[in-house]
Amino acid sequence: MHIPDGFLSTPVWAALDAAAAPIVGYVVRVAQRGFDDAKVPLLGVMGAFVFAAQMINFPVGIGTSGHLVGGALLACTLGPAAACVVMSAILAIQALVFQDGGILALGANVINMAIVGVLAGYLPYHLWGRSRGRRAAIFAGGALSVAVSALLALAELLISGVRMPASVLGVSLALFLVSALIEGAITMTVMGALEAIQPNFVRQPAAGGRYALVAAGLAAVLLAAGGVVFASTAPDGIARLARQTGISGHARTLISTPFKNYEASWLGAGWLAQAGAGLVGLALVGGVCALIGRKR
Amino acid sequence: MSPLILVRGLRYQYDDGTVALNGVDFRLEQGETVALLGANGSGKTTFALHLNGLLSGEGTVEVCGLPVNPKNIVEVRRKIGLVFQDSESQLFMPTVLEDVAFGPLNHGLNPKKAAERAMAALEQVGMSAAAGKAPYHLSAGEKKRVAIAGILAVDPAILVLDEPTTFLDPPGQRALAQLLSALPQAKVLITHDMLFARAMCCRAAFFRNGVIAEEGSVEQMAQRYEWDFVAPRTT
Amino acid sequence: MHHVTLDRWSRGASALHRRDPRVKIAAVLVFLVVLATAHRELAWLGAALFAVLCVAARQARLPLAGALARAGVVLPFTAVFAGVSWLAGDPARGAALVMKSYLSALAVLLLVSTTPLPLLLRGFEMTGAPRFLLMVAQFLYRYLFVVSEEAQHMRKAALARGATLGGLAGNAARFRAAAGALAVLFARSYARAEEIHRAMLARSFPGYFRPLIELHFHGGDVMFLVLGVLTPVALRVLIERVA
Repeated sequence: MHIPDGFLSTPVWAALDAAAAPIVGYVVRVAQRGFDDAKVPLLGVMGAFVFAAQMINFPVGIGTSGHLVGGALLACTLGPAAACVVMSAILAIQALVFQDGGILALGANVINMAIVGVLAGYLPYHLWGRSRGRRAAIFAGGALSVAVSALLALAELLISGVRMPASVLGVSLALFLVSALIEGAITMTVMGALEAIQPNFVRQPAAGGRYALVAAGLAAVLLAAGGVVFASTAPDGIARLARQTGISGHARTLISTPFKNYEASWLGAGWLAQAGAGLVGLALVGGVCALIGRKR
Repeated sequence: MSPLILVRGLRYQYDDGTVALNGVDFRLEQGETVALLGANGSGKTTFALHLNGLLSGEGTVEVCGLPVNPKNIVEVRRKIGLVFQDSESQLFMPTVLEDVAFGPLNHGLNPKKAAERAMAALEQVGMSAAAGKAPYHLSAGEKKRVAIAGILAVDPAILVLDEPTTFLDPPGQRALAQLLSALPQAKVLITHDMLFARAMCCRAAFFRNGVIAEEGSVEQMAQRYEWDFVAPRTT
Repeated sequence: MHHVTLDRWSRGASALHRRDPRVKIAAVLVFLVVLATAHRELAWLGAALFAVLCVAARQARLPLAGALARAGVVLPFTAVFAGVSWLAGDPARGAALVMKSYLSALAVLLLVSTTPLPLLLRGFEMTGAPRFLLMVAQFLYRYLFVVSEEAQHMRKAALARGATLGGLAGNAARFRAAAGALAVLFARSYARAEEIHRAMLARSFPGYFRPLIELHFHGGDVMFLVLGVLTPVALRVLIERVA
């Protein structure tokens, strides 16, 4: 899921780097306000913990085993902002020291795994962590964090023009689903074991309306990404739609000038239509959820 | 001459209500090296954490005449240096030099002066060659010496060492004993190592159930409380 | 362990090692952008940039074969996508993927092999990265191997105690045992973090970290900056014009 350099097209990695910077700045400020520099050792050592935790194998089948990714676990124990900071630090170290993930692609990886993935991992716990469905909420958080990160990465690769025929896409999605379920199971079991050792480790979900907006944003992003992924399995349908609505003609002229250097001939009505459809969907869903959120 | 450490009636309770310290009285004079002996959980480490204000309980704690309270805490923590049991957690900076310079920097020295102080302290413990190294690459004995250098760099009056010989092999223990003997500061050594205590300390205080049950020479405490390790005879 | 080797390489003494981290970061970023935004004459550009990196590796007195091999860690992931691309009838795109991802990884590897990580993180402050985040990364790196070693011990202990049950029941038992091991590792790491914080307070930590190392530009740094920034750009312009 760590996207290396060379995969994403320039508009994609540049836009995500530009978006990641203020977002990371924001979560750092939130994490610091609660903690100040005194909590640097805690976040640093827990980051080392997540790294080390990847060495511990969880058997899940005949000969296969999974390992913890950790976003949801960190969010439910350290809080979402701190978890975002820890995961960002982890991704930076992975990119620099282990060349796992690119440097230009760091913005994309951070948004996928350290921001959206962590928040998606925390949301079910925030909503249902106090109820009887607690364990299910934790499972859902773990599963969502991996699923959302993977889906976003996939969408970004597709928008960038990385070739992925429907069959390969199907296999990837199946693998992501399995990883998501494994993460859910691991997170749920580890949280249970943690509570047995030290109930204080597992923090109580904070009450607050801010998360309604987060949920809205998350759902919107998820739908858009999902839209891009599934639309790419049926590009002809989208292209037909684009022709019918007359978008495609305008798209060709728009694309031909600034993107002249991009040899990829696949860039045509399909791409813009997909992106356009995604953005419209995003706005619609976001608007509906924000309305729901306000009514609460 | 006023005592370097003066503790009267120190009481401390954990959050769950367990009484850790139940009225401790203690004095440390100039030039003394005192051993704190006692079973695990008898309160030795908890007591040490009160000396530099990491914990605060009821009663009086004075270091070099200063009461240990938030107003004096910066000066207190300069005067009394704690060396913890696990050096790995004490050397938290990326390089040896940066770690030893941590204290001087916090006391307001500029980076150049702080680096000079740090090098001087490293010379004192014989570790100046390791200045640019990462702490991870050092042996247990070397880490302990660097940790001590980190304390010496701010020119303290008192050293408190918690189980310093843990993780050290016999040559390491000897080297540590030699180093400590050469340092002029008064010392408090929390230890289970009776050979080490006998070699270093003029006096011992025996902790039991959160109080100092008795004080005397190390030999007296060892005999009174049967505090030596004697292997059971098998033949 | 990979990063132990990297740590050793980064403490070398070549001219490249002595350069200010900021100019090395700038040079690598320019290199990466030049590579990422290129779409024509990729074979020539790739060869030219590869040559530049090899020269840099030699100048830094790094073992060339070792460096080239380590950068290959991206290849398995990339090869899959390249293969798919080739099967889908677009081998050029697949080749471009392999070339770009490998050269990018090699460039970053050279950066980290010539700059100790804490110094590199200080250099990143100049790109506007928040200091809090950089300090977290610094502590993470410091304790990475310590906690990993603890995890290794626990793994071995768990294996030694390993469930002898086979099949699903055995799997479930091992799964729970692994979760228990992780929980213990979590608790130990948390306790270590508290010990570290106590040690910091005991040495008068004022609530923020004061840096010891200050970065200063020298003449050699300015020269390197100019060279490092112009070389990839000039090569690309030249290749695209001539070919």
